Amino acid sequence: MKSDYLKKLPLKTKLSRFFMHWFLLTLVWFGFTNTFAAQEVLTGLIVTAMISFLSIRLFTCCDLRILSPGKILYMLQYIFVFLIALIKSNIDVAKRVLSPSLPINPGIVKFKTKLNKNFAKMVLANSITLTPGTLSIDIVDDTFYIHWIDVKTTDPEQAYKEIAEPFEKILLKIF
Amino acid sequence: MNYIIYFSLTIMILGLILAAIRFVKGPTAGDRTVALDTMTIIGVSGIVLSSYLFNRYIYLDVALVYGVLGFIGVIVIARYLEKAL
Amino acid sequence: MSILEIIGGILIITGSLFLFLGALGIYRMPDVYNRLQAGTKATTLGAMSLILGVGFLMPGWILKILIIIIFIAYSNPISSHALARAMHLRKRFMFFKNEEIDAYKEIDKNNNPEK
Repeated sequence: MKSDYLKKLPLKTKLSRFFMHWFLLTLVWFGFTNTFAAQEVLTGLIVTAMISFLSIRLFTCCDLRILSPGKILYMLQYIFVFLIALIKSNIDVAKRVLSPSLPINPGIVKFKTKLNKNFAKMVLANSITLTPGTLSIDIVDDTFYIHWIDVKTTDPEQAYKEIAEPFEKILLKIF
Repeated sequence: MNYIIYFSLTIMILGLILAAIRFVKGPTAGDRTVALDTMTIIGVSGIVLSSYLFNRYIYLDVALVYGVLGFIGVIVIARYLEKAL
Repeated sequence: MSILEIIGGILIITGSLFLFLGALGIYRMPDVYNRLQAGTKATTLGAMSLILGVGFLMPGWILKILIIIIFIAYSNPISSHALARAMHLRKRFMFFKNEEIDAYKEIDKNNNPEK
C-alpha cells in the first residue's frame, strides 16, 4: 500500500472516514472511563478527535455508510450466526479433546473468496478461525489457506461451500 | 457465590498447570508460544475473577493491559520466527 | 440469589471448564497446528463467557467488560493466525493421519507476493 494514497481520495470520503473513526474511538472511550459526567465526555470528545485526525491514514476499514439501518441489521445477523458457530466449534473441540482416541484427520485446503476489501477478508479469516475445526493460515490475494482438523474434501469449491459460505453471504452485503 | 468462584479458579489453575507442562516440554518454539498464549488468556480471566472477588474495579485495567501485552508478545515472537522482524 | 447471579455463576463455571479444555487440548494434540486449533477456540469462548459472567454479577462494570470481551475476540484469532503462518513457513513437523494433504506447500517464502 502506498503511503500517499490518502491524497487521491476525495474530501467526502476522507471526512466520512474521519467521523466514523471518531465515533468508534468515542465508544471505546466510554468503555474505558465507564462514566457519563460532563467533563469526562468533553475530554473524551477532544482527545478522540485529535487521535482520529492524526491516525486517519491507518483507518481504511469503513466509513459512515456502514451505519445505515440495513447494514446494522446484517451486522446483528452476522454476530448471531458467528456466536452459534463459536458455540458449535467449542462443543466440537471438547468432543475431540475428551475422546481417548483423538479423532483427527488434519490437512491444509484452499479456496477462493469473492470479497475484495482487506478488512472484510480479515473479518472472514477471524471468523473461520473460530468456527468448527478450521484455522486460517494465510491469505494470498484472494486465496485462503485453511488448516482443517478433519478434512472432508480437497476440492476448492466444496471447501468454500463447507467453510466460508454462511459468513461470506452476509459479509458481501455489509462491505 | 464465593464457592463458585473458588471452584472456577481451581479448574483454571489445573488448566494453567497443563499449559505449563506443554510450555516446558514443547518440542519447538511454536508449541511453547501456543502454551504461553493460553497461559496469558487464563491469567487475564483469573485477574477478572479476582477483581470480582476483592471488589476492585481497577483490576479490570490490569487485565486489559495484560491481555494487550500478551497479544503483542505473541505477534512479535511469530514475526521473529518468520524471520521478518 | 437473584436471577442475574444465577446466570453469572453458570457462565463463570462454563468459561472455566472451556479454559481447562483448551489447556487439555494443548497438552494432548500431536502437532502445533492442532494445538492452535484447540487452544484458540476453547480459550476464546472460555474467556469471553467467564468475563461476561463477571459482568452479570457486577452490572455497573459492563462497559469495560464489553471492551475486554471485544478485544479478546478480535486479538486471539490474529495471534494464532500469525503463529500458524510462521510455523508453516519454517517447515515445522505436521501430523497427517492417512496421506499428506497440504495445499499451502506451493507457497514459498521467497516468492510470497506479500513481501
